[in-house]
Amino acid sequence: MAGEKTVETTGLLGWIDRRFPASKLFKEHMSEYYAPKNFNFWYFFGSLALLVLVIQIVTGIFLVMNYKPDGNLAFDSVEFIMREVPWGWLIRYMHSTGASMFFVVVYLHMLRGLFYGSYRKPRELVWIFGMAIFLCLMGEAFMGYLLPWGQMSYWGAQVIVNLFSAIPFIGPELSLWIRGDYVVSDATLNRFFAFHVIAIPLVLIGLVVAHIIALHEVGSNNPDGVEIKDGPKDSKGRPIDGIPFHPFYSVHDLVGVAGFLIVFAAIVFFAPEMGGYFLEFNNFIPADSLKTPPHIAPVWYFTPFYSMLRAITADFTWVLAAAAVLGAVAMFLRGNLRGIWRIVVPVILLVVAVLLRVIDAKFWGVVAMGGSVVILFFLPWLDHSPVRSIRYRPTWHKYLYGIFIVTFLVLGYLGTQPPSPVFNLMSQIGTLIYLGFFLLMPVWSRLGTFKPVPERITFSAH
Amino acid sequence: MSQDKSQFDDVSADGTMAIDANLPPDPSRRFWVATACAVGGAAGVATAVPFVGSFAPSARARAAGAPVQVDLSSIPEGQMRTVEWRGKPVWVLHRTQQQIDELPNNDPFLADPQSERPGFTPEFARNEYRSRDPKFFVAVGICTHLGCSPTPHLAAGPGPGLPADWEGGFFCPCHGSAFDLAGRVYKNKPAPDNLEVPPYEFSADGTHVTIGVDENNKA
Repeated sequence: MAGEKTVETTGLLGWIDRRFPASKLFKEHMSEYYAPKNFNFWYFFGSLALLVLVIQIVTGIFLVMNYKPDGNLAFDSVEFIMREVPWGWLIRYMHSTGASMFFVVVYLHMLRGLFYGSYRKPRELVWIFGMAIFLCLMGEAFMGYLLPWGQMSYWGAQVIVNLFSAIPFIGPELSLWIRGDYVVSDATLNRFFAFHVIAIPLVLIGLVVAHIIALHEVGSNNPDGVEIKDGPKDSKGRPIDGIPFHPFYSVHDLVGVAGFLIVFAAIVFFAPEMGGYFLEFNNFIPADSLKTPPHIAPVWYFTPFYSMLRAITADFTWVLAAAAVLGAVAMFLRGNLRGIWRIVVPVILLVVAVLLRVIDAKFWGVVAMGGSVVILFFLPWLDHSPVRSIRYRPTWHKYLYGIFIVTFLVLGYLGTQPPSPVFNLMSQIGTLIYLGFFLLMPVWSRLGTFKPVPERITFSAH
Repeated sequence: MSQDKSQFDDVSADGTMAIDANLPPDPSRRFWVATACAVGGAAGVATAVPFVGSFAPSARARAAGAPVQVDLSSIPEGQMRTVEWRGKPVWVLHRTQQQIDELPNNDPFLADPQSERPGFTPEFARNEYRSRDPKFFVAVGICTHLGCSPTPHLAAGPGPGLPADWEGGFFCPCHGSAFDLAGRVYKNKPAPDNLEVPPYEFSADGTHVTIGVDENNKA
């Protein structure tokens, strides 16, 4: 018929395919997307993150049916969901557990990328879309945490919104604008609700689509960090070290889903509060704008960054300023920057060193916290190692990764604890290690004796 | 009519060009495209103004700053009361003579003992006691670091979560900032400033304090 496309499929699917690329999309992204055959345990977490996103959206829709975004009603409406709505407790615990598990899965997913160099050329945009997803997730979690309108919700939001007030000149006005009131109030609750249920989820879904499209454009990396596209191909030009995502990995991922759901259900049914780490005890007290609880801390997934915020004191800015001066001298004397950059970069570092002592430590705390997340965006350009995968790096690189992971966990623990001199010193050391790991990566990542990288991926059938 | 280059729909049904391809390019097209983009863009930016503006505090929130009156006779010496003003906790502390006498001893350990930094301290409170009357200390109980409400630990001596050499004052549980009994921040703490002193006035007979009005009785 005139105007209709010729397609291979027949019947109803054929009718659809002539009007919408249903089979084409399925082939491109599932049955004819060739992924390396040597994926291991670490490759479960991408599909698991998608699963948690679905859990959060579905449970979220049902929570909104009974939740009331109103300073006078919010706390009670959450208790109403917990006690009186049939199955309300289950839906809410799935949502609150899902929030924490989202971060567990995403942190492991990111660590996988770090191990196998999955952010290296040509996958920079896959990584950047992923980091944007991570940022959205942090915003989503933070705004969602205000909604139960408990003491931790309230004072957590107060502290984080006040972070913006540390920005010189515009800060106080900016935080007033974000809150819509002189303190966190009903106005703040309502706008956070709007962001949490509409704005950020829309952006998040768009970014997930972009993340997957970018990934399928360049193809998946693998634990060996070698390109299957550069390896041998079959008569149809398909890489022989690749296998179709569907059915091989779609079914394979179901194993991960089953394992994940066992853990997820165990938490939901037996430890939904997770000893105060997933749902903090102080949040079972209604918000009180006149009284800060004796100990406040963010939920565990923010605590590593929160520790770095607390670590920056007036004395510590001397250490950071000294590090900036050292960096400037090293860049000028030994750096391999060319032309004008050889002068400009050290000068910028010296200016930073001066500003570190001129502007309040409060501001630099915010910079350290924001910077520790933002620096991850630049990972593709910080890593200069000649090999992608940790498998073929010098052994001492593995120890560095180990130190980094331990530092991140220790910072996370310190962030949950009340401030004390010893812990403060520890978080200052931790901040230096965290920032040093990334800022010095252009130097250390190319040092050492690298192991020979195989031509093709290593795989033994089992 | 002329244009930059021939377009698909310029070809008519019989295959001849509807528009002569040899016509000279028309630079005015580029101009009008750019103009339309600029005007449309300006309209788009202008549309954002009401949406961005709607984030500012509402008229009701702005109006809710009515002054608060506190009866001073209800606060015995050494005790403190917290009242709500503009949604924030405001402390009224009745200091003992001993507490007043000990304040200058803290000066070497404070970041800004004379409250010289701008903001947070009105002119009338720019003194050792940061108050109009040394006996009564009035301050907004919001930490200048990130807005938690510090906890009063008025008595000196160690306590749970407190530094061992605690001199008495206010301790912020969030990030460990410490303030003395005049709301002055100790050195090397996260908070950059002393606690905010709100505008306030004593009544003529000295029995009440009104928080939120200055000397001219303006809110």
